[in-house]
Amino acid sequence: MIPQISIGRRLTALLAGVAAVLSLLSWSMVSGLARQAAAQSQDNVLAASATTIAETVRSEQGEVRLELPYSAFSMLGAISEDRVFYKVTAGGTLLTGYADLPAPRADPASGRITFQTEDYLGEAVRTASVRRNVLAGTRAVPVDVTVAQTLGGVRAISGQLSRTAAGLSIAFFIVAVGLSALAARTSLRPLNSFAQAVSRRGPSDLRPLRRDTPSELAPLRSALNRLMDRLGQSIRRSEDFIAEAAHRVRTPLATVRTQAEIALRSAPDADARQRLRQIIRAVDESSRSAGQLLDHATVAFRAEDLAQDRMDLGVLVTQTAAALEPTATMKDIRLELDTAPAHVNGDAVLLDSALRNILDNAIKYSPEETTVRIKVRAAEKTARITVSDDGPGLGDGPARALTGRFCRGSNTEGIIGSGLGLTIAAEVLEAHGGQLDLGPNPEGNGTCVTFVLPSA
Amino acid sequence: MRYLLVEDNAELADSVVKRLAMDGHAVDHAPTLADADACLRTARYDLILLDVMLPDGDGRDFLARSRAQIETPVIVLTARAQVSDRVGALNQGADDYITKPFDFSELEARVRAVLRRRGGSARNEITLGTALFDPMSGNLRLGEDNVALRNRETRLLEVFARHPGQTFSKGQLLDRLFSFDADVTENAIEVYVGRLRRQIGPLGLRIETVRGLGYRLETE
Repeated sequence: MIPQISIGRRLTALLAGVAAVLSLLSWSMVSGLARQAAAQSQDNVLAASATTIAETVRSEQGEVRLELPYSAFSMLGAISEDRVFYKVTAGGTLLTGYADLPAPRADPASGRITFQTEDYLGEAVRTASVRRNVLAGTRAVPVDVTVAQTLGGVRAISGQLSRTAAGLSIAFFIVAVGLSALAARTSLRPLNSFAQAVSRRGPSDLRPLRRDTPSELAPLRSALNRLMDRLGQSIRRSEDFIAEAAHRVRTPLATVRTQAEIALRSAPDADARQRLRQIIRAVDESSRSAGQLLDHATVAFRAEDLAQDRMDLGVLVTQTAAALEPTATMKDIRLELDTAPAHVNGDAVLLDSALRNILDNAIKYSPEETTVRIKVRAAEKTARITVSDDGPGLGDGPARALTGRFCRGSNTEGIIGSGLGLTIAAEVLEAHGGQLDLGPNPEGNGTCVTFVLPSA
Repeated sequence: MRYLLVEDNAELADSVVKRLAMDGHAVDHAPTLADADACLRTARYDLILLDVMLPDGDGRDFLARSRAQIETPVIVLTARAQVSDRVGALNQGADDYITKPFDFSELEARVRAVLRRRGGSARNEITLGTALFDPMSGNLRLGEDNVALRNRETRLLEVFARHPGQTFSKGQLLDRLFSFDADVTENAIEVYVGRLRRQIGPLGLRIETVRGLGYRLETE
């Protein structure tokens, strides 16, 4: 099977992918900046602290002295509760602090602050070192001040900012996915309505599509229209062919039949008359069979994609009965109509064809001067047409078998028929989700044929 | 009655003209739509028999085009029994249609039905002795007396009425009265003759049995 690719889903996924990349990017940028800002502020405070300590270094009687200012550490404490280390050396000699605190790797220039990240007592620390030359007596003694702080606080702050940024990014992503789906649906709406317009059409509706379409769908529309045009042409060609073929066959048959009738008028002896009657019957039989075979093919063809037109069975029955009235009158058979509105959905051509076959049978098999009763009734779920006659009935054998192709009843000898009439009617009703019921006429000797169709 | 037959097949047209003439109808034949136009401009017809496929166009299109000008009823001769064709013909203004090959008794039945729908015509009444017979409606009247005949009786009386004095055998009557799709014996003719006798007797019409030959209508 060819996998079903949904443009809508693909579009949504594509837009969501873009949103994911953007979310990730914005998250990494925000957390990078946050980390940088936190580190920067720690550096600033460390620098200020180191500078403050360096400022308090003074020389007293040739000695370098130091009084650690409390404020130098309190400002570090303001950032976080990280541990703080310090070390002050004068000319390489430890004045105060942690002797093993790593010194700046390079000799810093006087007045310049250098920052380093080091490992101290198993923890990462950030150090800020400053050098100040203090005049002790006549010598200038280089005093190095290093202040260090563990990185926990900075990491905590940047971690928290990063988490907040991640939350915002996820929220942004979710909103973006929703909007993507919406955008995909909106932009596919013309395509969907176009598809619906095509699928809503009846099976024989091959008119070109005229509705406005977005420019992207215009090639599809014109391709469809070209296809329908070609299809229509080919259907017309085959219909024309059938019409032409029927015309070519039936016109000479009509000539034969008419000539035979003329000959019959003037034939004096019984033998010739008998032969002429046989010719006429044979012509009628072949014409009838050809008509029913064509009807049967039409049923098979149209049932595949059944039209669903709403119609009133009462109206259909009235029209079909009117068309058969003259043939009934020839036998002084009365067609008695009793109709009520009964709506169904279906193909009027097929239903007419089915009814015509049944009425034709009823007229054909009924004795002269009888009545064929046609009743149309609608119940809650079904609509029914019943055709009852005073004919010879269905003969022996199961009634159902008579709907088989080319099957004829046991009592039809001497009457022209192809055995397709009931088949056509049964197939038409089946195609409509209904059924053909055959049974004895409850009010007489004849047959009662019932069309059962779902109501609309 | 006067028919206009529009049919391009010469053999069929000839035979139809001849067959209708046997029933006493006058038929003009037009092999094309152009000829049909010319005929319709010069003469008045009771009925047009119109073929669908003609060398200079589709009979139904002709009908749709000229329906407004033609008041004459039209029966379309179609080679296809399919509903779509029938519906097409009727929608385009035909009064009825008949499928080739056709039974002339069915054609006549359809012609009568069409003419009845169109309001009939009194000029088709036949005088039988002192009675007036309308083969269209099956009505037979003599002064105040009115007899309504059934279709078979009407057709039987019509056969006699159109050929005054002629004797018809049972076989001849059988051919004219019954279509060919059912086996009917000559006994049926006796039944109908008997019934017709009872119906028309009170109006002074008699059907005589000519021994060995058949039946004849006596109007005296």
